[in-house]
Amino acid sequence: MVDVVLDVQNLRAGFPTPEGFVKAVDGASFSVRRGETIGVVGESGCGKSITARTILRISGTSDQNLSGRIEYRPPGRNAIDLLGLRANGPEIRAIRGAEISMIFQEPMTAFSPVHTIGNQIVEALRLHRDVTYEEARVAAIGMLKRVEMSNAERSIDAYPHQLSGGMRQRAMIAMALMCSPQVLLADEPTTALDVTTQAQILSLIREIKEALGMSVVMITHDLGVVAETSQTVAVMYLGRVVEIAPVRAIFNDAKHPYTKALLASVPKLESRERLEPVSGMVPSPFNRPSGCPFNDRCPAAMPGVCDVRMPSETNVGDEHTVSCFLYGGDEDGSRRVDGL
Amino acid sequence: MSDKTAAVPTDSVTPGPERLALQKRVDLSVASPSYLMWLKFRRHRLAVASAVVVIMLYVIAAFAEFIAPHDPEKQNALNAYQSPTQIHFFDNSGQFHLRPFVFGTTSVRNPDTFELEFADDTTVRHPIRLLVRGDPYKMWGVFQSDIHLFGVADPDAKFFLLGSDKQGRDLFSRIVYGTRISMSIGLVGVLLSFVIGIIIGGISGYFGGVVDIVLQRVIEFVRSMPTIPLWLGLAAALPSDWSIMQIYFSITIILSLIGWTGLAQVVRGRALALREEDFIMAARLSGTSQTRIILRHMVPSFMSHIIAALTLAVPEMIIAETALSFLGLGLRFPAISWGVLLQEAQNLRSVALAPWLLAPGGMVVISVLALNFFGDGLRDAADPYRN
Amino acid sequence: MGAYIIRRLILVIPTVFAISVISFVIIQLPPGDFLTAYVATLESAGQIVDQAQADALREQYGLGDSVWVQYWKWLSGVLTGDFGFSFQWQRPVSELIGERMALTILLSVASLLLVWVISLPIGVYSAVKQYSVTDYVFTFISFVGLGIPNFLLALVLMWWGFSTFGTSVGGLFSPEYVDAPWSVAKAIDFLSHLWIPALVLAIGGIAGLIRIMRANLLDELPKLYVTTARAKGMSEAKLVLKYPVRVALNPFVSTIGWTLPGLVSGSIIVSVVLNLPTTGPMLLTALQSQDMFLAGAILLLLSVLTVVGTLVSDILLAWLDPRIRFH
Repeated sequence: MVDVVLDVQNLRAGFPTPEGFVKAVDGASFSVRRGETIGVVGESGCGKSITARTILRISGTSDQNLSGRIEYRPPGRNAIDLLGLRANGPEIRAIRGAEISMIFQEPMTAFSPVHTIGNQIVEALRLHRDVTYEEARVAAIGMLKRVEMSNAERSIDAYPHQLSGGMRQRAMIAMALMCSPQVLLADEPTTALDVTTQAQILSLIREIKEALGMSVVMITHDLGVVAETSQTVAVMYLGRVVEIAPVRAIFNDAKHPYTKALLASVPKLESRERLEPVSGMVPSPFNRPSGCPFNDRCPAAMPGVCDVRMPSETNVGDEHTVSCFLYGGDEDGSRRVDGL
Repeated sequence: MSDKTAAVPTDSVTPGPERLALQKRVDLSVASPSYLMWLKFRRHRLAVASAVVVIMLYVIAAFAEFIAPHDPEKQNALNAYQSPTQIHFFDNSGQFHLRPFVFGTTSVRNPDTFELEFADDTTVRHPIRLLVRGDPYKMWGVFQSDIHLFGVADPDAKFFLLGSDKQGRDLFSRIVYGTRISMSIGLVGVLLSFVIGIIIGGISGYFGGVVDIVLQRVIEFVRSMPTIPLWLGLAAALPSDWSIMQIYFSITIILSLIGWTGLAQVVRGRALALREEDFIMAARLSGTSQTRIILRHMVPSFMSHIIAALTLAVPEMIIAETALSFLGLGLRFPAISWGVLLQEAQNLRSVALAPWLLAPGGMVVISVLALNFFGDGLRDAADPYRN
Repeated sequence: MGAYIIRRLILVIPTVFAISVISFVIIQLPPGDFLTAYVATLESAGQIVDQAQADALREQYGLGDSVWVQYWKWLSGVLTGDFGFSFQWQRPVSELIGERMALTILLSVASLLLVWVISLPIGVYSAVKQYSVTDYVFTFISFVGLGIPNFLLALVLMWWGFSTFGTSVGGLFSPEYVDAPWSVAKAIDFLSHLWIPALVLAIGGIAGLIRIMRANLLDELPKLYVTTARAKGMSEAKLVLKYPVRVALNPFVSTIGWTLPGLVSGSIIVSVVLNLPTTGPMLLTALQSQDMFLAGAILLLLSVLTVVGTLVSDILLAWLDPRIRFH
């Protein structure tokens, strides 16, 4: 049996809005193995960020709009269903930042502008560990050095606006790592950075992951980031995971028409073909197509099947599952909710 | 779909409610800004209600002579400090009348104080009618008439909706007349402030540099002054033999001299923010003339904000005029404004005897609240694309 | 920090100069020179005016000279503490306004403190519990508070007090202390009277600042740094107070620039209604009887004190907020 640290099953999360109810996550399932990086890819609005935030219960969704199961399996302790915990209660707070940490897309706005980064990093440690301010400060400087922050002793007293974007993201990573978490949720950590800084940050995350033996959930819309960092890839479309496979299988042997379309829209060095955008537009969140969410944009859609029922997960190879009627998809339309 | 909608026989081409909702949403994406503003404003129910109140107040101001049941200057020593007349629907035999009425009064001499006191004479009914003949007036100083919106036909009946003052004048009628000056002084004062604000803000923006810095300092300076003492000082210098009109306009000018700064800042701030907007830059890059950019692109997109700011400035003016007149340094007798009427409430003993003398204050509060809510709603609706 | 204070102090000089000009203009506004008007009033009241005395006054204030000379004479007097002569009271202005000015300052500062102490927690609470019943109640109260001019509130308070207790609830002292010299007992009596007018004066400011604090905090609460703090495992109460409230406080603190002038301004009219021994009623009677040196001096001092108060708070603010210092 594979060693899973975080298991998300059939997660649903939504928000009531004045225009209607938005199903941001609509039955997403995937699991995160210990020591592994899983890439979660999809267009903006596919629910990948909400999924990550729901794991920490910071998405602001009220309990009645949440369902499914998010099982966190800490080493040497019993598994905990994170969705069963009280939002903002002491149990989930003990996990946030200590066992599961998160870094965000915008390192500028993710730090309070009126506090030094040191103040905010030290706090991350002192919230969970019984250490003095001085000890925490020493640890923070150590962590800033570890994330290759230039001039860590000075930078720790800087305000966010005094640092560059790359340095702020390093400070953000340092803050997330202060308590040596089991899982790091990285929500588009390089999107707001320039290309060279992106590469540095990605290799930094990779190195630190190796060194600490933690798992990383890399949320991104960028297949290049996935290729560079992840062992497993989960492709999300309209709140559902439509395909999960090892990274090699995704790039060489994608099954789901959406994954294929995504891959076709990315430029490749060796090919001189025209880029194919994914046809059509992401449907409005209030007006999802019935049946398979992708059927209205799918080149291989089968009328009478795809627009009627929801396909369920089908195993198509070694740890490779896809939700599509082209590959089976249970004819009875029921969904498999148990583990992979 | 709910059972209820399913039960209604629908033919196949009739779009279901979901489809209708969808169409509406699609329409929204191409709707005009003013339509979006209207939609957004309408959602703000308090603002809509306040808009109705504001419109009513200005209607009252415009047709004061017609709406007031009495001549506001008609004195009658016998009617001094009458409490508000009660309006009845049931007569003394308990019978219901659809048309409301007031009872007649009889005077009784108090055996202890020998003062005349009034009591309801429940045997006499004076029905309240619409369009009754009463005190003659000259509408807007032009049309002679004696028809009032409502009132009682018998000229001797006591009909004081909000009581009467020391001289026996009908307070309700006086408040109606006061609405004209109080509400209009806010409007005129704000327009005047706006003109000053546009000129100074324009100069500030056009010349920029040192001129801008100096003018911004001047604005900051004026805003850092306590306004009421300044107003008082300026208003105290108005000659006491000036006519109502002269005083009215001088007071408006005095209020605007200090009130323009807020509006100038709004105008300048909006203009500066707009200059940075991409669509203005796009217009400039595609060779649109300066005039066209200002008139076709900038003015429409900041007009809504300016109108909201103007609306929110009106209540400040109304309060300022009331305060000044209340202290005796603004409008004075024989002008009638809410502030002038409140002067009578300065005497503690009169107020204790006749608390209805505070009613003009109630009008101030109603108008200020209505204008504030209305302006708030306008401000929220001014930017329909936000959120 | 030092440079900031110096820059800020330098800005005060032209401001105070402008205030002196405005005050002098107001002194000069009534038609004719005030001495002539004064003599006329005395004569119409049947009094004999000593021509020599009038001439001496005319000379002292340079009434025959140009406006500039008069301004200069007045200003140099003011700078040495001589604010001129009150014809109504027949005493030097400087003797008249000392205690009243002090009470005005005390009243304004007490109101300012009340505004802050009350509006800050309510604003925070309203924002955190947005759309709760309590939020609606506070929002409603603050809107109504904004709509009621403070002198009306004072008027209603006076009427209510009079009809309930049969005496005036105005004033800042109990009758037995009004003319008594200052003592501990008088100070306590003063404080027990001060809060009513201070609260009346503060209502508008409280209502306004609740709105501002609520709006500021509502802007900050959805920001990413709040989510970051939450993702660290901080408790809600702690993180709200440490981060968004701290950020929302800055624009809030800077409102002192107009809160203080508003309070000083409002104190004039509230004092008239509540019959307080501050500068308000004195300014009003001085203006009504065209006792212009007295009115001008009050106007000048009120404005200067407001400017100084704003200056002090600005410096405090810079000391509190690193971003202003760097700016």
